[in-house]
Amino acid sequence: MATLSKPPAASQVSPPGYRKVKHVPSAGSKLRTVGEHGGLASRMWVSGVPVAVVMVVLLLSWYGAAWAMNASAAVERVLTPAGNPFTWQDVLSTTLNMERPVLPAPHQIALDFWSSLVDWPLDSPRNLLFHVAVTGETTLVGFVLGTLLGLVLAVAIVHSRTLDRALLPWIVASQTVPVLAIAPIVLVILGSLGMEGLAPKAVIAMYLSFFPVTVAMVQGLRSPQVIETEMMHTYAATRWQALWLLRLPAALPFLFPALRVGIAASLVGAMVAELPTGATAGLGARLLTGSYYGNTLAIWSALVMSALLGLLLTTWVAATEHFALRHRRQP
Amino acid sequence: MKPDHPTVATQPRSPSSPPPGGATTSPAAVEVHNASLVYQTADTPVKALSNIDLRIGEGEFVSLIGPSGCGKTTLLRVIADLEHITEGTVRVNGISPHDARLARAYGYVFQAPALFPWRTVLGNVMLPLQIQGGDKAQNRGTALAHLERVGLKGFEGKYPWQLSGGMQQRVSIARALAFEPKILMMDEPFGALDEITRDRLNEQLQQLWQRERRTVVFVTHSIAEAVYLSTRIVVMSPRPGRIVKVIESPLPDERHLGLRDTQAFMDVAHEVREALADGHLE
Repeated sequence: MATLSKPPAASQVSPPGYRKVKHVPSAGSKLRTVGEHGGLASRMWVSGVPVAVVMVVLLLSWYGAAWAMNASAAVERVLTPAGNPFTWQDVLSTTLNMERPVLPAPHQIALDFWSSLVDWPLDSPRNLLFHVAVTGETTLVGFVLGTLLGLVLAVAIVHSRTLDRALLPWIVASQTVPVLAIAPIVLVILGSLGMEGLAPKAVIAMYLSFFPVTVAMVQGLRSPQVIETEMMHTYAATRWQALWLLRLPAALPFLFPALRVGIAASLVGAMVAELPTGATAGLGARLLTGSYYGNTLAIWSALVMSALLGLLLTTWVAATEHFALRHRRQP
Repeated sequence: MKPDHPTVATQPRSPSSPPPGGATTSPAAVEVHNASLVYQTADTPVKALSNIDLRIGEGEFVSLIGPSGCGKTTLLRVIADLEHITEGTVRVNGISPHDARLARAYGYVFQAPALFPWRTVLGNVMLPLQIQGGDKAQNRGTALAHLERVGLKGFEGKYPWQLSGGMQQRVSIARALAFEPKILMMDEPFGALDEITRDRLNEQLQQLWQRERRTVVFVTHSIAEAVYLSTRIVVMSPRPGRIVKVIESPLPDERHLGLRDTQAFMDVAHEVREALADGHLE
């Protein structure tokens, strides 16, 4: 916006004619300096504006929706029982500050979110970080197990035609069963085997996260060209050497996008696994108890927190990718 | 490692002006006897190689030349155990190609450098040594020495994409030489490079051969390249893939690029061209 307003301001000051020519290069040099010492800054500016505009629109419509959805309840439950006459301003302020609104306003969620972090000790179930720790642990354990399972399956599939034909259809079929249907079964079976707490939940997280890793790694392990495989052949390399020195490194660019998907899926699995156990800890459990007691603010806060956790986990994977593949990029 | 003194290394050969039978006096590095290779396709079997007889002595630089489909690359791949003949025998250093490959008797340079992008130049040259096993520090020293021999000292820490195409191919030559194989096989190694780079690499390859007198089997479709580099030129022809003529080069062992303008060079080139044309007419 600043760059847009600058040239007209300059032309207003300068009379039309030859002086205009003088201003064109100055505007050009201005643009260049912006690009030079702020490649990042100018890019953020360019991409930040549309995002900010959408955010403002979203917030405004959110407030509008909060008012529309809460108005009748505000009149019925708060203002009428009080017995006093009320104006439309009263209705508005009440709808945006109710204790159990149908749709809480953004500032209410922000306040509830913040108070859960600072007003309660870390080991209290009222503190969202307590739930983040529980769900995060399940997610990470499930993610690691899922990645390992995915790697082992992919290596097996790539090295054996029989396994390729025998396993792949089942792996694909496994993902067509909705996780919500399979979670209680897994929990019951593992529970009868004496597994409780973290393990069954991690298994469900693993169930969701191994699939993208398997598919991507099968593709990645097969990505080396004939010439590279033949070269290893001329070195009389064993299968394991070819796997370790050629196939695995060649598959890394395929692996990381799958890990990003996998860790997000693992988070979904971890939260879903918390629902049927009646667990009292974890973001999924927090969502469930919030809906039991009609505590919409708690639901929304837990939702925001799980989104932040998902963002943090995928960013962590992306940073690892950036580090691991740093030498393969061309400048 | 062989001694780095070209004069000493040249001595045993330079006084000998090898007559046509000269090559047969040295022990055989490669012996192909009555070899044929037939591909079974849907309609008719394709004869990629037909009754090939070829003997390559130790220390020779032999080029296989011919038009596309003449089986020159197939023949090289057969010797390297990347493909298998359906008839006849092949011996590499007196043993089967399979055993020779397991014994790491040869280094193979492909048409493309095929460097691993996740390894540095040094890491790429160390790859075959790493597969062979052995002390890491020692392998490192060997790889560095090989890089120096192809004129890439100081580039060991670079990644392949930071190098030009010609430099990449030199890395791949250093890699093929890593475990000091007795035979170097090259499949159109400079085919994808521009002519200027190609000339320079030809010169360097010639000097490398001068110094070490390693047996080289070289596939090319450039007449000038074949004549400039080889002690013997094997002219091949397609349908079926066969040898039409073997030309002993009368050129001196010590060569420089200026040689290509001499009458002797042009005579050999002419002979090769004639042989290629004959192969087509048959």
